[in-house]
Amino acid sequence: MSVDRKTVAKIASLARIKMDEEELDRMVPEFNNIIAFVEQLGEVDTSGVEPMTAVIPQALRLRDDVVDADPLTGGNVREKVLANAPLAEHGFFAVPKVIE
Amino acid sequence: MSSYRIHGTTGEWEVVIGLEVHAQVTSNAKLFSGASTEFGSEPNANVSLVDAAMPGMLPVPNRECIRQAVRTGMAIEAQINKWSRFDRKNYFYADLPQGYQISQLYHPLVGEGQLEISPDEKNPDQTKIIGIERIHVEQDAGKLMHDQHPTMSYVDLNRSGVALMEIVSRPDMRSPAEAGAYVRKLRSILRYVGSCDGNMEEGSMRADVNVSVRKPGGELGTRTETKNVNSVRFVMAAIEHEARRQVDVLEEGGTIVQETRLFDPGTGTTRSMRSKEEAHDYRYFPDPDLLPLELDDAFLEECRASLPELPDAKRKRYIEVLGLSAYNAGVLTAEVDTARWFEALLAETAAAQGKAEAHVAKQAANWLISEFFGALNKVGRSLEDSPVSHAQAAELLALIGKGTISATIGKQVLETMFETGDNAAAIVEREGLTQQSDSGAIEAAVDAVLAANGDKVEQYKAGKEALFGFFVGQTMKAMQGKANPQVVNEVLKAKLG
Amino acid sequence: MTELTNLGVRAIRDGVAAGDFTAREVAEAFNANVAAAADLNAFVIATPEKAIEAAEKVDADRAAGKPLGSMAGVPIGMKDLFATRGVQTTAASHILESFVPEYESTVSQKLWDAGAGMLGKLNMDQFAMGSSNETSYFSNVISPWRRNDGGNAPLAPGGSSGGSSAAVAARLCPAATGTDTGGSIRQPAAFTGITGIKPTYGRCSRWGIVAFASSLDQAGPMARDVTDCAIMLGAMAGFDPKDSTSLDLPVPDWAGSLDSDLRGKKVGIPREYRMDGMDAEIARSWDDGVAWLKDAGAEVVEISLPHTKYALPAYYIIAPAEASSNLARYDGVRYGLRDLPQGANLQDMYAATRAAGFGDEVKRRILIGTYVLSAGFYDAYYTQAMKVRTLIRNDFEKAFEECDVILAPTAPSAAFALGEKVDDPISMYLNDVFAVPASLAGLPAMSVPAGLSSAGLPLGLQIIGKAFDEQGVLNAGLAIEQRAGFTAQPEKWW
Repeated sequence: MSVDRKTVAKIASLARIKMDEEELDRMVPEFNNIIAFVEQLGEVDTSGVEPMTAVIPQALRLRDDVVDADPLTGGNVREKVLANAPLAEHGFFAVPKVIE
Repeated sequence: MSSYRIHGTTGEWEVVIGLEVHAQVTSNAKLFSGASTEFGSEPNANVSLVDAAMPGMLPVPNRECIRQAVRTGMAIEAQINKWSRFDRKNYFYADLPQGYQISQLYHPLVGEGQLEISPDEKNPDQTKIIGIERIHVEQDAGKLMHDQHPTMSYVDLNRSGVALMEIVSRPDMRSPAEAGAYVRKLRSILRYVGSCDGNMEEGSMRADVNVSVRKPGGELGTRTETKNVNSVRFVMAAIEHEARRQVDVLEEGGTIVQETRLFDPGTGTTRSMRSKEEAHDYRYFPDPDLLPLELDDAFLEECRASLPELPDAKRKRYIEVLGLSAYNAGVLTAEVDTARWFEALLAETAAAQGKAEAHVAKQAANWLISEFFGALNKVGRSLEDSPVSHAQAAELLALIGKGTISATIGKQVLETMFETGDNAAAIVEREGLTQQSDSGAIEAAVDAVLAANGDKVEQYKAGKEALFGFFVGQTMKAMQGKANPQVVNEVLKAKLG
Repeated sequence: MTELTNLGVRAIRDGVAAGDFTAREVAEAFNANVAAAADLNAFVIATPEKAIEAAEKVDADRAAGKPLGSMAGVPIGMKDLFATRGVQTTAASHILESFVPEYESTVSQKLWDAGAGMLGKLNMDQFAMGSSNETSYFSNVISPWRRNDGGNAPLAPGGSSGGSSAAVAARLCPAATGTDTGGSIRQPAAFTGITGIKPTYGRCSRWGIVAFASSLDQAGPMARDVTDCAIMLGAMAGFDPKDSTSLDLPVPDWAGSLDSDLRGKKVGIPREYRMDGMDAEIARSWDDGVAWLKDAGAEVVEISLPHTKYALPAYYIIAPAEASSNLARYDGVRYGLRDLPQGANLQDMYAATRAAGFGDEVKRRILIGTYVLSAGFYDAYYTQAMKVRTLIRNDFEKAFEECDVILAPTAPSAAFALGEKVDDPISMYLNDVFAVPASLAGLPAMSVPAGLSSAGLPLGLQIIGKAFDEQGVLNAGLAIEQRAGFTAQPEKWW
């Protein structure tokens, strides 16, 4: 199945990647080559086959309900959380104004 | 049950309502990180590197959040799925650091259950079953602040990653009253179970309201979803407004757009949400950072064993075992805090009187609802912040039960207790309010009353038996209300023949 | 001092412990090699002070008679996908160019705890997406190897761990970390004549490693020989409660249990890997491997992995799908690049930031991943790929009923020239045709040097083992290493 330019543009928008006309021109055939390549999978009879859920079968472990038990995954690290922010003010991340 | 209908120019319309309630799970730490869930902290204080979605951060689920969701499922008699898993819901927004919300679409933790509601408070026996499709566990988003800067919005991730249960009803409700009753009942159960504090004003419970309209019995209409409605009253108002709006649109020849709307509590109206207008394609897929969640029997057994008596069962027991009226049982079981208070009062007063609970339950229930709630109302308080503890109340109730004071004096004592915070016995002692059961004193008082009202005695004897109450009243008055009414009755009966 | 840089992990560690030389001398020697090798572009950033600091601590500990770790005194290169506290971590992408983590990845922390030091952050394919290192924002790594045709065409060091492979091959470090999602340790190891192992999925914690495809990503060591890999893997592996997919198993003493005597072992040769038009040199090298393993006492059996053909297409659905979601967090809000055009709203900012920050290959994969997960296509692509993944794992399970390890080529060719495949994504993807099946099945797999091609370039052989059986893989690798006698080194031109 061939994917048209409009679809690629829509996917790019969904993925929040701005693309100009020239980039789209380049992307459409590449995109289609890859899609054609992966579509080989359609040949495989997978009736009765379960999709893989865990590559190495093991149970999901659950964590105890303890606050800041491990400083690496706990809170109260605002300085660290904001350290790399492109724009932070008054302890918040700042972004262009959003209208809801 | 009369049906709720919208009256349009083309006839009557039926409203079809489904609710998706988001309830914050009561836990210390977040769903996938160790940051605190505490409300009202400094911005971004309760945020871990995981919640901020720093590169390479990974989620590890909190057992307590899973446990609370399972217990909630059990409380609505739902199927608990021993095998579930987390999916990613992908979209871009500034309150969603990962660029996806970890949720459960394909295999939720809790399957189908149900809730019994009584939409008409005056008619508690008229009930309706509302189907619940599922409960799944997911991450809450952060918060955007729009009014602190002219051109910027501020992002606070404190709530980001807090565990939510999304409780999805079937579209089984047909009126704002049913939806209101559903939210109240659900909140009651969550509080009983202890899985959510149910504080809608703090945002720990909020509803997405799905509304459509149709001609009675017709095909389902297109629905709209009004997001994040945060009180029972607003849920009802949003439905009323949205149903009316849809009817108006349809009757003017328009069509309903499936869309996300916002409720404005100020105007009681809903409006389309501009920011969510874009086409939704959430690209759900199983979260590859997490394995399937498999629950063993021991875990489920612990969840079940730790469930408290739930409101419906409690109500039934109050009626059948304690002998309470259906109304009183309903009032006392509607909120877990009320039931707890009542049960503490009951245990303490029964012990104080050396009687079985069943023997004093009716008295305690009547007194609590009519006297105590009345007194609380007067001072604008609730049981939670009552100036009189249940131990103090039990003491007072025992004084009445044992006949130490009369019910009338009891009212007076309660008032003093509210004012001073003193214990009942101390007040009775200090103010000399002990009830007189000494038949000698009572006989003397009765004799005086009868002597002073010779004409009325004649009328009574001639058959005007309603005057008996007058003699009781006069005797009580003469004894400043302290006479034991039972003894007064007996003495009067004997003297009047 | 230059001879110190000819030593591997074990030799350095043992030499430091014995007092033959100091850790500081070792660090200085490698720092000098790193500084002199700018032409290879193997490092995104060098951190000589970190290497010295770690070395001094080891020397001090030794002087104080304290016990030394398994990597004590060994300076290493760190792939720039591992978060390193206080040192920029870019994933070779513009979007993370300014990012300095406030945390240390579990694996790198374990290495520092074992006494290793950091020479610098190694260049790589952007977000580990690529097989030639040409997708790096910081320009491609150039392999230290050259063809013997005198043409001096710059060659690809393999990818995505191309900085790691080039640096180890060029003696800029005795060992380096790599990550392998669909061959990113094994293929570059094969291209540069070094050894690298991807352990069983879950052996090494993924916490703090910039994610590409979560269900496939695994860290592993790249070093000069099997023993060095075994030592370093022992330091990297181990249960981490911060990673839900981490294996809660003890870490075996792989290095101490190395044994190249393969008597009683069966080696499977997968029929389906012998593809039409297979490079004759690759086929010959594979035959050599069979002979060596037989010589080591193993019995060789033919096995079948019937769904091999579908591994690569399944991989190119699953990996981009996961990546499209994993890379959604690079949005210019909390860290990294922000591109905010005049008057842009939030969503415009996302689109502009991601357009400016991601390279072409990353964009390509995000778009493919977004597409295969989108409404109406999810089942046909993603669910089907995950079913095929089940079939591929089942193939291996069945095969391992008949053998203990599997021998195959690592890559379908020797290193290619930079630029040769860059315009044809599919032909680039085909480079990982032998590597991807083990990734999809989560199995341990390694590449060991097996000889040189007629053009004088290294060829690698791949050993795939049962889940959790890194020991079996390492032992077979050692048997090959002992018989291949691979001693070739790139001639220094940089």
